[in-house]
Amino acid sequence: MRPVNRLAAPIRGFAQRFAYLGLVLAAFGLMMLGKADALLVERLRANVTDAVAPILDALSRPVATAADWVLRAESMIALYEENKRLREDNATLLQWQAAARRLETENAQLRSLLQFAPERPGTFISGRVIADHGGAYAQSFLVNAGTNSGVRPGQAVVTEAGLVGRTDVVGGRSARVLLITDLNSRIPVVVEHSRVRAILAGDNTNRPRLIHLPQGALVSPGDRIVTSGHGGAFPPGVPVGMVTAVSDSGIVVQPYVNYDRLEYVRIIDLGLTGILQLPQKFMPEGPRTSP
Amino acid sequence: MKPTIWQRLDVLARQLTPLGITFALVILNAVPLHVPALARVVPVLPLMAVYHFAIYRPVMMPMAAVFLIGVFHDLLTGFPLGVHALVFVSVFGILGAQRRFFMGKSFAIYWLGFALAAFGGAVETWVLMSGLNATLMETRVAFFQYVMTVGTFPILAWILLLWQQAFQRAD
Repeated sequence: MRPVNRLAAPIRGFAQRFAYLGLVLAAFGLMMLGKADALLVERLRANVTDAVAPILDALSRPVATAADWVLRAESMIALYEENKRLREDNATLLQWQAAARRLETENAQLRSLLQFAPERPGTFISGRVIADHGGAYAQSFLVNAGTNSGVRPGQAVVTEAGLVGRTDVVGGRSARVLLITDLNSRIPVVVEHSRVRAILAGDNTNRPRLIHLPQGALVSPGDRIVTSGHGGAFPPGVPVGMVTAVSDSGIVVQPYVNYDRLEYVRIIDLGLTGILQLPQKFMPEGPRTSP
Repeated sequence: MKPTIWQRLDVLARQLTPLGITFALVILNAVPLHVPALARVVPVLPLMAVYHFAIYRPVMMPMAAVFLIGVFHDLLTGFPLGVHALVFVSVFGILGAQRRFFMGKSFAIYWLGFALAAFGGAVETWVLMSGLNATLMETRVAFFQYVMTVGTFPILAWILLLWQQAFQRAD
């Protein structure tokens, strides 16, 4: 057996080195494929996330419960201060409620005077966050709702605090949500007070920036940024964030949504095609509940 | 003596354990932990397993499987396809060539080796992501993620080394 072994060792070594080189080239090939045929890669991504979604769903539940317990213990400690703060908040909010009721009636009257076309009401699809955006580069997460529950690519994803992002790759029972902080995220927004239009562009940091403002537009720290509804995919007026800094390097916005403890999100279905053209985006086959 | 079916199943199960662990770590890595600010700097768990098995059980980790685990990681975390496949394969390949060096060395050397390998991996990821996005990516968060990965390594390494010892005893 010895001579065979002596002969086989260099061949095996050569084969291993060849395999190594081959796999490195294959990895580069996959990167090129991702750029060249995004549709194929998206289909693969949707299928894989769909297959793993039940496992992630099961795994994320006990973790969420544990996190909930920690949160509960934390709030127990600060119960007295919390209660005091909430009383003050409640008093302020009651004043706001009165103001809102008055404005609502006034608005309804003015609308009927103008015969204003009512906005198309959207439907909500609730989803649980089952996988985090793993790491420093990817600004996205998975939810356990897909085309089976009516989710389509390009829909707005919100919580009670405001806009989270939009759906990207959608599978049958899972969907990837691209955060507004992602490098590839571009959301049409307006400054709430001045109605100045802009685009909110993510740059992979926690603070996205406002770009494409009209010449001479005035924006100052503290301004509220809301979605404009242009492009048709997002409902107008969803709170996005607050301007925190205005400088030569750009207008920095702090999102209202805190991504750290995101557990449930709502996906808004306006029944429109969305900002993403559907034929270019992968849509898996499957039953769909029409809104 | 001809091995019984149970013995053969036992051997098969043991041989599949390294791949199974690494595969499970990819899924575990994605589970949301709801800890403030952790999501962006979550340690790259499968890289630890790839490093460990490249040194201790390379026979049970075919390089093609390491590649596929990388692809799976990319698909699940939303990375561009191929980035982690390349990172895992290069860490595995380089460590595989250096594995004799780590034999019989202390845990500190083993940890230091991981710190170097993970640094190489982090730089590689940064270069690839910057190239694919045609812009220079942020380095600060990537650096903290690297620190987290190296810092949490001993916990997982301890479990993997326990398994390794149990395995050797069984042999």
